Amino acid sequence: MALKLTVEGIDAGYGAVRALDGVSIAVGEGETVALLGTNGNGKSTLMKCIMGIVRPSRGAITLQLDDQTLDLCRLPTEEIVRAGVAMVPEGRRLFPKLTVEENLFLGAFRPEARRELAQGLDFCYQAFPVLKERRRQPAGSMSGGQQQMVAIARALMSRPRLLLVDEPSVGLSPLLVTQTIAKIKELKDSQGLTVLMAEQNLHQAIRIADRGYIIVHGKIVFHGESRAAIEANELVRSYYLGV
Amino acid sequence: MTRAGAKFWVGAAAVMLLALAATAILKNEYWFYAGFVVLQFVVLATAWNILGGYAGYVNFGTSAFVGAGTYAAIVAIKALAAPLGVQILLAAGIAGLLGFATGLLTLRLRGIFFSIATVAVAIVLETFIVNWRFVGGSTGIQILRPVDTGLFGSYTKMLFLVMVGLSVAAAAIARTLEISWIGRGLRAVRDNEEAAESCGVPTLRLKLIACTISGALMGAAGAPMAVYQSYIEPASAFSLNYSILALAMPIVGGTAHWSGPVLGALLFGTLQQVVSATISSELNRLVIGVMLIVFVVGAPAGIVGLWRKWAAKRAGAGSP
Repeated sequence: MALKLTVEGIDAGYGAVRALDGVSIAVGEGETVALLGTNGNGKSTLMKCIMGIVRPSRGAITLQLDDQTLDLCRLPTEEIVRAGVAMVPEGRRLFPKLTVEENLFLGAFRPEARRELAQGLDFCYQAFPVLKERRRQPAGSMSGGQQQMVAIARALMSRPRLLLVDEPSVGLSPLLVTQTIAKIKELKDSQGLTVLMAEQNLHQAIRIADRGYIIVHGKIVFHGESRAAIEANELVRSYYLGV
Repeated sequence: MTRAGAKFWVGAAAVMLLALAATAILKNEYWFYAGFVVLQFVVLATAWNILGGYAGYVNFGTSAFVGAGTYAAIVAIKALAAPLGVQILLAAGIAGLLGFATGLLTLRLRGIFFSIATVAVAIVLETFIVNWRFVGGSTGIQILRPVDTGLFGSYTKMLFLVMVGLSVAAAAIARTLEISWIGRGLRAVRDNEEAAESCGVPTLRLKLIACTISGALMGAAGAPMAVYQSYIEPASAFSLNYSILALAMPIVGGTAHWSGPVLGALLFGTLQQVVSATISSELNRLVIGVMLIVFVVGAPAGIVGLWRKWAAKRAGAGSP
């Protein structure tokens, strides 16, 4: 397998607050894995640990890339991005005062991506034509759906192989959520990406997920090997489906 | 080279030729004496803006870097009898190192905490100089100007031209940074540092680069003070005025573009010289205060911001 992300028994938190407790997950090449859980259960913290923004106090995160193995707990974020991991952060986290185009440029900060700047930009504008029209506009002045497009496009500008998407549904209308999720699937297929998506909206997430983990209070409580297994699970039924 | 780049360098050459012509034509030394001060602030404001304007890290310790530059020049004179060029290079090197060290220690702090830390650097450094006998301690030190006045007839004229050169160099460096990936990354830091980090922008490295370059330019601007004033003491070398004006001028001029601090310093600096020469140096402070308030309230993007707004409006009116 050419790409494999392995998170093994990590603990992480903020000061005295423990957000993750012995979390282990794995994501393999070409998969779309959903990380399911309601607010405040540690999904974003896990994403930040993978990106090197939050450091786990215990455990290991490794990324196997072709014949090299990277210890993500030791690499700074820029090196992790350089290795081919990109994140679409929760709440989008754009550069609101910079133009749409500058936002996209910043996604391509790593030297390899800079060299392919023109192609990257072309690809993003093809995937999201509205961004081309609005490329001179400050990103903060756009609608929520368009901002989500900028965030996804910005992540793609770094030419990632593994894309982390943190709560793409936050702040979007149901129709836009459906479109965003479909877009992620489309991009994944056309670019051969591997996707790890954190989501609280189970119904939307399992439309495109191959597998899923359910995280509750910082612990992985269930691993569903397939869509059907997730839907059939007791926890899911009581949490989300109310039966 | 781009068209804008060509324009910049033609402009820079024109400024230097104009300054050279002025030294040949004008007889009254006062113009160069006052011009030196105004241009020193062009360098300081431009240097401040590299970190404060582009990256949004407000440095309240400009005086630390200027003072370090001045005293580095004094050491160069006393210990090595070095010429002015060497003094400036040494001052830039020392102040650049100081910038790097300050950055390393403080750039993990954000917002107001960084600013407070920079004030501390200025105080620590001044205390250090006050207690260093070799450079005169708290009583200060007398520096004799070389008798040789060089090519330009008078030493003051020569110092003025040196400051013109430093100003052009500072603007060129700021402009180069601004249009490079470094500038782009610094703007991202200013707008949303957390997002910049998670995009893979090497934020700490960029901030350190900005801090080092900014510090080095401030030091270079401080170096000629040793021979300009010929008497240096810590209280004036580390004057709070530097810190306040280096921050006020870019705000007045506009922080988003390299020309902002240049315009702000030229306007502010000239006004100061006029007011203190014609009315009083006390009123000077009032002028600074009033102008700052007017600009912060009325034109938060400075002169450059006003001009851009006006240009946008004109372009908007021109198209149907």
